[in-house]
Amino acid sequence: MNVTDLTFLALCLPFLGALVAPLLTRTLGHNAAWVLALIPAAIFVHFAGFTAEIAQGTAITGGYTWVPSFNVRFSWLIDGLSLSFILLISGIGALIVFYAGGYLKGHPHQGRFFSFLLMFMGSMLGLVASDSFLMLFIFWELTSITSFLLIGFDHHRDAARRAAFQALVVTGGGGLFLLAGLIVLWNISGVTQFSALMAFGPVVKASPLYLAALVLVLGGAFTKSAQFPFHFWLPNAMEAPTPVSAYLHSATMVKAGVYLLMRLNPVLGGTAEWQIILPAFGAATLVIGALLAVRQTDLKLMLAYTTMSSLGLLVMLTGFGSPYAIEAAVLYLVAHSLFKGALFMVAGIIDHETGTRDITRLGGLRVAMPLTFAIALAAAISMGGLPPFFGFLAKEEVYAALSSFDPRSIGFAILTVIGNALMFAVAFAVALKPFAGKTVATPKHAHEAPVLLWLGPAVLALAGLVAAALSTTVHTLFSTPMASAIAGEPRTVAISLIPHIGVPLALSGLTVVLGIALYVGLAQVRAAVASVLAWIGWGPDRGFDQAIRGLLRLSFAITRRLQNGRLDSYMTMTFVAIAVVLLVPPFVFGELALAPVFPSIPLHELAIMIIAVIGLFAVVLAKDRLTAIVSLGIQGFSVAVIFLLYGAPDLAFTQFMIETLAVVILALVMTRLKLSPSDHRPFRQTLPDAAIAIACGLGAGLLLLKVTQVPFNTALSDFFAQYSKTVAHGANIVNVIIVDFRGTDTLGEIAVVMIAGLAVLSLVRLRAGSMRRIADNDPDAEEAGR
Amino acid sequence: MKSLIFRTIAPVIVSVMILFSIFVLLRGHNEPGGGFIGGLIAVAALSIYGIAFGVETVRRAIVFHPLSIAGAGLLLATLSGLLSMVFHVPFMTGLWVYPVVLGEEIPLSSVMTFDIGVYLVVVGAVTSIALSLEERGED
Repeated sequence: MNVTDLTFLALCLPFLGALVAPLLTRTLGHNAAWVLALIPAAIFVHFAGFTAEIAQGTAITGGYTWVPSFNVRFSWLIDGLSLSFILLISGIGALIVFYAGGYLKGHPHQGRFFSFLLMFMGSMLGLVASDSFLMLFIFWELTSITSFLLIGFDHHRDAARRAAFQALVVTGGGGLFLLAGLIVLWNISGVTQFSALMAFGPVVKASPLYLAALVLVLGGAFTKSAQFPFHFWLPNAMEAPTPVSAYLHSATMVKAGVYLLMRLNPVLGGTAEWQIILPAFGAATLVIGALLAVRQTDLKLMLAYTTMSSLGLLVMLTGFGSPYAIEAAVLYLVAHSLFKGALFMVAGIIDHETGTRDITRLGGLRVAMPLTFAIALAAAISMGGLPPFFGFLAKEEVYAALSSFDPRSIGFAILTVIGNALMFAVAFAVALKPFAGKTVATPKHAHEAPVLLWLGPAVLALAGLVAAALSTTVHTLFSTPMASAIAGEPRTVAISLIPHIGVPLALSGLTVVLGIALYVGLAQVRAAVASVLAWIGWGPDRGFDQAIRGLLRLSFAITRRLQNGRLDSYMTMTFVAIAVVLLVPPFVFGELALAPVFPSIPLHELAIMIIAVIGLFAVVLAKDRLTAIVSLGIQGFSVAVIFLLYGAPDLAFTQFMIETLAVVILALVMTRLKLSPSDHRPFRQTLPDAAIAIACGLGAGLLLLKVTQVPFNTALSDFFAQYSKTVAHGANIVNVIIVDFRGTDTLGEIAVVMIAGLAVLSLVRLRAGSMRRIADNDPDAEEAGR
Repeated sequence: MKSLIFRTIAPVIVSVMILFSIFVLLRGHNEPGGGFIGGLIAVAALSIYGIAFGVETVRRAIVFHPLSIAGAGLLLATLSGLLSMVFHVPFMTGLWVYPVVLGEEIPLSSVMTFDIGVYLVVVGAVTSIALSLEERGED
């Protein structure tokens, strides 16, 4: 197997794993985790093999033709950016599988959970590896769908279902923005692959559609990466089991938006719009997220809101445009994945072992859970940006990017210091508060976690330390290629643990001092934020519910108007529409038919036409319905005879049969519906009906007249006449067209006939009273009924 | 219907019509006719039979449920189209064989089986409608 096939296999492997996971879990129980973790491990090893090559600055592409007619390929692009993401996804993925093995031990649906988790892993890998736009979009939406399944895993609870639905609507809807944005980019550049798009940066930026592309892409990125005001789904997603929160909603999926911005930075970045919109939204998200995090007492929610603010910081840095900003984003992204993943898993361990994750009901766990405490502390030190952890490097680089003396930098530096100080306080609130102080009685008696549970966070916390110690190697292999790929030009990351006296260090010091102060006064800050929130009283989360409710009301109102269940109003609407379509365009475009020249008609033909007209009048004037139905048949038969006389025997033949059956069926319908023998509609009802009927007839007549007056294009009839016998071996052109030349059409038509038969049968069999009324779907009535 | 004349003559008319409908179906490739028209004639025949002897008699006479007949027709038509896949030609390509039976060459084709499928769908679907309406009309 060559590298291309192996890479393809590696991208498919999680999906194959998802297939066997339920079976494996049924036989091995929670120990299936040891086997299933081999899948992400194998992927990690495969892609790690590219590291040396990527570090040289090359990008590896490969793939297969997918839809050649649209120039769509299933192709991947492995460069510094995607490689770092792939290694994070597969590496943390393996640890999460272990963790899930311990966390959901004995859960009846653990196999299903593994299956969902691996499917998500495959989607996320595909997302970051994608080179073609369409592939990226498909995997993007797949991550939304798998995230929906994972958030709603505990589907018995209302809150979980609501959170899953909300996440799907927000991120899936954002995906549609992304699709539109990618199509705009395709339209501007004419290419469908990111590797080719990179050369079109100046073209895209100069295009009048640039702003449209930017806004659409940001719509996708901001919803996925939970930027304010689309952040509300992320804390709600904490309804998912903790492995999901640690993996999707901190380390990987929520970074997809950031990934997209980084990927498109060489194409869309560097403009004034980019450097205004991204930092503005990012900084707002950073500060608001950190404030909301302080407000919480639930460990997972605190972490969720700090994830939101970290994502804000990343978006801000990606768009900031100063030296070191990209490098800072790279370092912070990696550091965040390590420490936040670890902290989430710690929160899960605490919840799992004590039965609560409310910070006010926890304390003194350091005695019972020393190992967990050590892990939590290590991760929190990294999150707080203290040496000797990787988070320190990241934070120094962040401040290096912001330490200029122009007003813009100073403003954002102040916001960042505030955000980081708040996050510092939350980090130690999560890692210190539950373990320090007096032992508090918890719902479950606390024990140290089993190996499956502590393995993942321990490795992640340790990785933060090792990466900082070996910073030179890490930078050469990962940070530098990743930063270069994002910037679209060679960059070098050089920061190490040895601090340099300067503005960044001073800002770091300020952050720490402020953070400690906030930590000490956490209860007061929490109360203050809570009172402000209570004063505001409304948030996007409530707004989401209102929007959904509004949508339901609107669709209900429209449905009740259009689908009112009255056949006569459907018929009226349909025929009014037909009349409008037939009559309005000829007048608007001046395409009215000319007055026809009446040819001399032989007497027998004239006689048949007169019979048709008599039939017509008989229909209208008939006293009872049966006469009208039969008169309609007479009119139809006369028309059929006219067809016959003018050389269309097939048509005439069919018309005869149709008319016969129509009379029979209409008569049957009349008896079936027990209609009164005659029509008793009042005049005010017959008048509009007659007007509509005359308008339709007039329109159809004028159209046919017009058709006969334009030159007849014989291309098709010549073609069929020429080839009917030679190609299709049939002399009856009409039938050859039906069954051979346009056979696929006929197949569709007979399928429709079949379905119509089914529909009529079920309508006839319906019993009155068993029907559900449309009004029963009223969202307000349902609410009132509860 | 209680008319003695109608009841006496109905079986004759009906059998002639059914026969005629098959004739129309099979001649359709070269002369006026085909599956649609043939199917409609057969439906008309079955309706007459139903009016003369009641719906139950018709249901017994055609053995299968009308919609099963329609489903079988749709299946036959689809398979006629899919047959082309075996011969690596595009979907719905007409395939012909000319076996010689008793010294007479008989052209057979997937187009013909397709047309038979059309015939069955029309017979089944429309008969189902007519019969269900008649049935309800009686009670």
